[in-house]
Amino acid sequence: MTKFLESNKSAIKRENAVRDKGGKRSAFSRLRRCWQLYLLLLPTVVYLFIFNYLPMAGIQIAFRDYKFSRGIWDSAWVGLKHFRTFFESVQFESLMLNTVKISVYALLFGFPFPIILALLLNECRSMKLKKTVQTLTYAPYFISTVVMVSMLSMFLSPSTGIVNKAISLLGGTPYDFMGSAKAFRSIYVISGIWQGTGWSSIIFIAALAGIDPQLHEAAEIDGANRLQRIWHINLPGILPTAVIVFIMNCGSIMSVGFEKVYLMQNSMNQSTSEIIATYVYKMGIQKAQYSYTTAIGLFNSLINLVLLLIVNHISKKVSEISVF
Amino acid sequence: MVRSRKRKESLDNRIFNGIVTFLLVLCGLAALYPLLFVVVASISDPVRVNSGEVWLFPVGFQLDGYLQVFGNKWIFIGYRNSLIYTVLGTFLNVLVTLMAGYPLSRKDLYGRKLFNWYIAIPMWFGGGLIPTYVVVNHLHLVNTPLVLLILGLVSSFNIIICRTFIASLPYELQESAKIDGCSDFGILWKIVVPLSKPIIAVLCLYYAVGHWNDYFSAMIYVSDKNFQTLQVFLREILLLNQNIDLETIEDPAVVALKLQMAQVMKYSLIVVASIPLLIAYPFVQKFFVKGVMIGSVKG
Repeated sequence: MTKFLESNKSAIKRENAVRDKGGKRSAFSRLRRCWQLYLLLLPTVVYLFIFNYLPMAGIQIAFRDYKFSRGIWDSAWVGLKHFRTFFESVQFESLMLNTVKISVYALLFGFPFPIILALLLNECRSMKLKKTVQTLTYAPYFISTVVMVSMLSMFLSPSTGIVNKAISLLGGTPYDFMGSAKAFRSIYVISGIWQGTGWSSIIFIAALAGIDPQLHEAAEIDGANRLQRIWHINLPGILPTAVIVFIMNCGSIMSVGFEKVYLMQNSMNQSTSEIIATYVYKMGIQKAQYSYTTAIGLFNSLINLVLLLIVNHISKKVSEISVF
Repeated sequence: MVRSRKRKESLDNRIFNGIVTFLLVLCGLAALYPLLFVVVASISDPVRVNSGEVWLFPVGFQLDGYLQVFGNKWIFIGYRNSLIYTVLGTFLNVLVTLMAGYPLSRKDLYGRKLFNWYIAIPMWFGGGLIPTYVVVNHLHLVNTPLVLLILGLVSSFNIIICRTFIASLPYELQESAKIDGCSDFGILWKIVVPLSKPIIAVLCLYYAVGHWNDYFSAMIYVSDKNFQTLQVFLREILLLNQNIDLETIEDPAVVALKLQMAQVMKYSLIVVASIPLLIAYPFVQKFFVKGVMIGSVKG
């Protein structure tokens, strides 16, 4: 009996010795034990490598004179030439201004609406009305950009559009909104609010649902009315969420929705609608100036990154809320 | 309890409720009206739509717009292609996302941190439009239908949503299956997938809407009309008016009628193009909140 136990003990010892024999061995055995998991990850790893990491390495063509025949690695190195060309180009100033303006407007004017809608929905005492309004306001989010812009151009058409019909019914003169450089940003921002408010409100509705009901009960006992409770409980309650959403939006300030701007663009509103992304597309894909436009794209992403970090830093200082 | 509170409700409170209800109804109508108008205009008499007689109810009922839409060869091709891309693409997307989400949820995965970083980095940095185009070009994928299935095969963001969801499932189930001799593939297929229906619905929603509404990659990477998506044809017809062939017609009255018709056909086309989303909408709506919430607590 004791002999058996002893032999058993020594067997365990031997096993432990094998297991401890250097980290490499155990790492290898752990790798082998998980091989099925690695196999499951393989498609994703390969995909990301080819379509995300290779293009990242491809950014270097911003510093080269890229030729398809010579490939990414063998094209001539030209340093900052393309950046200089861009900064010195005639369009630089207007491109920058248009890009910044349109996204700042979209951010500033678009930001409050989801919060207001969420607060209203939170105050609604009728579940039926709440559900209906939610269903209706989420719906526009799923409309494709092409359909969205088509609806705009149909509704705003100076001859047949319903908006201009309403304007003339009220005694005004029809106006060619889509063909106007002045109206471009307003159309972009307002239609964006129509399409995105419902969807963006979801996160705030959830944040409101997470507020401790005891706070409301206490405030009610203290005689606070509903407006005061919204101001002193609900708004501070969703502030962290709002700040984080705001920071994230600031980080994409220079990456305005290319599709919508491109589709809304025409020769008449080009002075305000030409942004960096549309310019990159036209020069890059249509005119095949790959290196030049990669440089512009890189410049654009750098500004994005810097903005994100700045806003994040300010918010960290002021409110101690930050993404990073 | 509820009733007694109701009786005690002050005037202030009732006014407040009234304002809230009014504003909410306003929001709902503002969201609904443009969509409603498109539907109403699509079944109304084109001349009366264009002269501004149609506001809320159809005037001069007709379905010619729809007949024209269904008779258009390119719309048919685009619709077919978009359906194929959406169904096949979404299937591949969800499959690959689940395949990646499951191992990353496993705490015993060796090198898990490394994989997490590898997957998260593309969310913040990217090559941008042109370098991606150059890579796709080098792979000879430009102008093949394959590119619309492969590009966007998997999104880092969705993998993270999926991983977070699976990690929240009770791990004991997986452990006991393992003790019973179940392989990792088996655990994924027999235990994790059946429990992950809500997240699969969310992923299907995200990916499918992306495919159906995709215009950008189709425009950039595909030029052969036979492989083109519906959205590209929509743009040609709705925004560039490349539908009316006027060369064959001389009579100005006929031309005018055709132009009017083209206008109403646009409304019908918008309705037809949005039907798949409309059908899916009620089924997936209950998953919206879940999807957004899991996405926002990614960490």
